[in-house]
This record gives sequence, C-alpha cells and structure tokens, in this order.
Amino acid sequence: MKRVFMKGCEAIAEAAVRAGCRFFAGYPITPQNEIPEYFSRRLPEVGGVFIQGESEVASISMVYGAASAGTRSMTSSSSPGISLKSEGISYCAAARIPMVYANISRGGPGVGSIQPAQMDYMQATKASGNGGFKMMVLAPSTVQEAVDMTFAAFDYADRDRNPVLILCDGVIGTMMEPVVLPEMKSDEEVAAIKNSKKWAAIGHKVDYANRGWIQPGNWSTAIMQQGNEEAAVMYENWQKNDVQVEHYQVEDAELVMVAYGISARIAKTVVDKYRADGKKVGLIRPITVYPFPYKAIENLNYNQVKAILDVEMSIPAQMLEDVSLAVKGRCPIETCLCSGGNLMKKEQVMDAVAKLI
Amino acid sequence: MEKIYARTKGIRPDVVSGFCPGCMHSTVIKLIGEVLEEMNIIDKTVAVLGIGCCGLKMEYMSYDNITSPHGRACAVATGIKRSNPDSLVYTYQGDGDFASIGLAESVSAANRGENISVIFINNGIYGMTGGQLAPTTLLGMKASTAPKGRIAEEHGYPMHMCEILNQLTAPCYLERTSCNTPQNTLKTRKAIKKAFQNQLDGKGFSMVEVVTNCPTNWGLDPLKSLEFLNEKMLTEYPLGVIRDNG
Ligand code: SF4
Repeated sequence: MKRVFMKGCEAIAEAAVRAGCRFFAGYPITPQNEIPEYFSRRLPEVGGVFIQGESEVASISMVYGAASAGTRSMTSSSSPGISLKSEGISYCAAARIPMVYANISRGGPGVGSIQPAQMDYMQATKASGNGGFKMMVLAPSTVQEAVDMTFAAFDYADRDRNPVLILCDGVIGTMMEPVVLPEMKSDEEVAAIKNSKKWAAIGHKVDYANRGWIQPGNWSTAIMQQGNEEAAVMYENWQKNDVQVEHYQVEDAELVMVAYGISARIAKTVVDKYRADGKKVGLIRPITVYPFPYKAIENLNYNQVKAILDVEMSIPAQMLEDVSLAVKGRCPIETCLCSGGNLMKKEQVMDAVAKLI
Repeated sequence: MEKIYARTKGIRPDVVSGFCPGCMHSTVIKLIGEVLEEMNIIDKTVAVLGIGCCGLKMEYMSYDNITSPHGRACAVATGIKRSNPDSLVYTYQGDGDFASIGLAESVSAANRGENISVIFINNGIYGMTGGQLAPTTLLGMKASTAPKGRIAEEHGYPMHMCEILNQLTAPCYLERTSCNTPQNTLKTRKAIKKAFQNQLDGKGFSMVEVVTNCPTNWGLDPLKSLEFLNEKMLTEYPLGVIRDNG
C-alpha cells in the first residue's frame, strides 16, 4: 500500500472525495482552512462542487440542500463556526438528511484561541443544536484514523440518514503524518449511491405520496413524536452495534486512563513509559465518543482498578461526566486537564499518574 | 359539458387552503402551479420554502419541496441547484425570511448570480408569528412589536429588495408585481414564468417580488386590505420591471 505524507485537514478532504463526496460548502476559520482550500482545488477535478459560503450558517444550509438532492456532501469548521452551523445540523437531523461535517476544534468558549483544544465535547455529544437529536461522533487520534473515519462516515450517514461528526482536535487537523488513502470510488459507484436515494428532492413525477418531501418538522405533533421515537431507536442501536473503543494495556491495569483524540495519543506514550518500569497503567480510548463506550469502562474489574484518570484538553472537564456514569462510584476518578489552546504535556500526565500509583 | 377550468396539477387535489381568507398567498401558489404545469416542468421542480406562512405551502404542493431554516432558502436552493443542475429550483419566501434574517443569503445568492428563481412575498409584516415589524413595514404602519407604528428614527425605513439587488451586477431579472387586480395577477403569472424560463435557459438569478396583503395582521377585512395595498403599499413599492437581462 502506498503511503503519502499529508496534513490532517487535507487528508480528511481527500478521504471524503474518495468516499464519493461531491459537494462541499464552508467558510474560513482557523485551524481548518486547509479543508475548504483543498476541496476548492480537488472537487472540480472530479465533477464536484465547491462553494465558499457567505457564512457558516449559509454553508451548512447549502450542504443541507445538496445532501437533500442526494449528493454526498460535507462541511467543516472550527468551534465557534460549528456553533453557527448548529442551526443547519439540527435541520439535517430533523429531516433525516445524511451529511458529514468535521470540527477541527480549538480553544473556547467564545472566539477562544486558534490553538487545539477538546472543549466541544458536550456540544458534539449532547446537544449540537436544538431538539435533542444525536449523531455518531468519531474522534480520530491519528491522521490515518481521520482518513479512515471520514471515509466510513459517509456510509454511516447514508445508512442512518443522519449527520455524522468527525470531532478532530486542531493537532490532528494541522499535523502531517504518513497515511494510506482508501480506494477512490468510481464515478459509477458515486452515481449509484446518489440514484439509490429515492427520497431526494430533485423533482419527481406528480405523485403526492412519493414526492421528495424534505421536512425538518411537521404540523402534526403525532408525526413529530413518531419521528423522534424512530430516531431514539436508532440512537439505542448505535449503543448496541456501533461503539468503537481501544483498550490499551487494560487487562491487568490498576490505573486506567480514559482519553480520546490527541490526548489519548499522549496518554498512550505515558502508558508505555510506566509499563517499562513495570507499573500497571492502561488506557481506554473512546473512538466513537457518541455512542460512548460506557460498557468498556463499566466492565472493568474494580477489585483491581484502583483509580481512573480522565485526561482531556478541556477545563472544566467534559468527558468526565460520561466516565462517571460508567464508573458508578466504584473507584475514585481524578482528572488531568489543560485548556484554552494549551496542548497536553506528557510530563503533566506523567505527574498525574504518579500521584495515583 | 366542457370542462374549462380545473385545479392545477401543481396543487394537491385533496387539500383545502389553510391560508387566511383573502390572503394572496393562495393566489400566488396557484399561479406557480399553473405556470409549472403549462411549462410541463412539474416533475423536475423543487420548491424551497421559507419559514412562516410561506412554509404552509408544503401541505399544498404536489411536487418535491424542502423547508429551509429561516432565511436560508437561497443557500439551500444553491446547494440543490449546484448539485443537481437539471432540477428547476425556486424559493418561496416572505419579507422576514428574505429581507431580514436571510438578507446575507439572499444578497449573496443574487451576487453569485445563482441560477435559481426567487418568489418573494412582500406583505410588509410577519404573518404567522402575529404581525411583528418587518424590514418592509411601511412608515407609520403598526406592528405588534412597533405599537406606535414604524418610526424612521427608531426602525429605519422600508427596504426595497428589488432596488437593493439592482445594485449588483449578476442578477438577471428583477420585477415587482402584485395580485391586486386581474391584470396585475396576469402580470405576476407572466413574471413567474419568465423567472422559471430564465433558469431553464441558464441565465442566472431571477426574482419576482410580489406585493401582497395580510388581512389578518393588518387588522383589515380582505376588501379593506386591498384598498390599503393599492393606496399605501404600492406607493412605497411601485410595480414594474427593475431589471431584465433575459
Ligand atoms: S397570516 Fe397573513 S400572510 Fe399568513 S396566511 Fe394569514 S393573511 Fe396570509
């Protein structure tokens, strides 16, 4: 397999194109500008459409339109820009429109800082817009994983007719790493995917029952409730079937760290350091942060595990709440945190672990 | 007996209008349906609906449609049209949608010369939410959020969207019409047809601003609302072709 050296943002864009994404609309914001820039060069080569929208709000609405016409579509932004997109994301979820978006997240709240952070966890996993909808949220910790997840995200989105979020911190987005890119879908495959979406609003023969009817709401509260019930069943099924989690040296661990994204990568180095000294330290890495791998943490042997260390680049801690739900008070949970665009330091995690073993 | 008039195929055969009595929304959506049928393009049409009374239209159309977030119809239409150029895509938006919350989306789509058609319903007030001040509300006209009426110093002046868009280079066709008389209703029909034909011909952004009434929130019966429209609305918003590069 051929390996190429690519920046996270560009690799995400290329993976999307290979998955059949033929529409992208976005708006500049650091640190994700390489995504729209890459798409602006790449999409015309494959007969796709790139638009720089007049705002994040307009861009997500364009994606809502393009995806409603059956085209695999994507947008991206960074934290405050994602807040602006929450309107359209909620519309996509309500109307059950498949689309993929990436949050190359930075320090917050507010305009925050342009440096990497993991401060949008709650927004990503609990409430990405009004109305209580959920999405699968994939959190890469390497550029390769960002590629593989972006490619897979389009399949999840189409399978569920629901948005999928790539929650990617600014480190993964701006770092260069060698990656193996997935096979490019052929024009025929891309067309077949589009044509399979019979629900798309592209014009139909006059036929009231079968018209393309993209409605992010309904006048009938009974129909609204029914839609929400169906969505709730889908969310439960994700918890059963789609959780992805990495266990690293957890088997005999007495201290288990829980971390995702770039924090998990740093935590892994720390595990290796302590293991070299014979210390029983492990890591649970949520790969899907929604559905969250509660079971992986719930099923730990709490006669053996003395403490959990929640490592995340957010103050206050956010994933901590999900970790606590799984631990259920069976052992102490400590945190190792940084925030505001400061990168987690290996030494800080080393010290935090040292206090617990 | 010879059948000389039938409901257009563009409207579902089995629905009763939920628009308020005397409201010109009903007239305009009938005209759109008739034009689409006459042009034989119903089966390639996608309507993009704004929020508010415009959104009620989703219940009545027989063809594909999508409800957009408030104000974003031109952006949604852009996404559909660009990714599916064979569709005939038009937006149906009120003044709050098109000229207030969606001003950026509207002006930007016009400035890009997007190959879409906009049917802009200007009745000078927010309808569904109960008569609040709109960017097109006339000076002195009362609104539920401007109980003393629109005051220039406080609220600014009524916005003339045709003239504003006429400052841009890209738009192809801008016309302001009304449905206050049979002649003007026919002119509106012709304008809608032209806007759709321009799109089929790839000529870019066309907008028909239809000056309409809102008897309910103007607090007038349908006939009085017509008088108000004739005397006040059309003085502020004179009818005519503002630009025709078609
Ligand atoms: S509220 Fe006004 S605009 Fe809406 S349907 Fe009634 S009369 Fe027409």
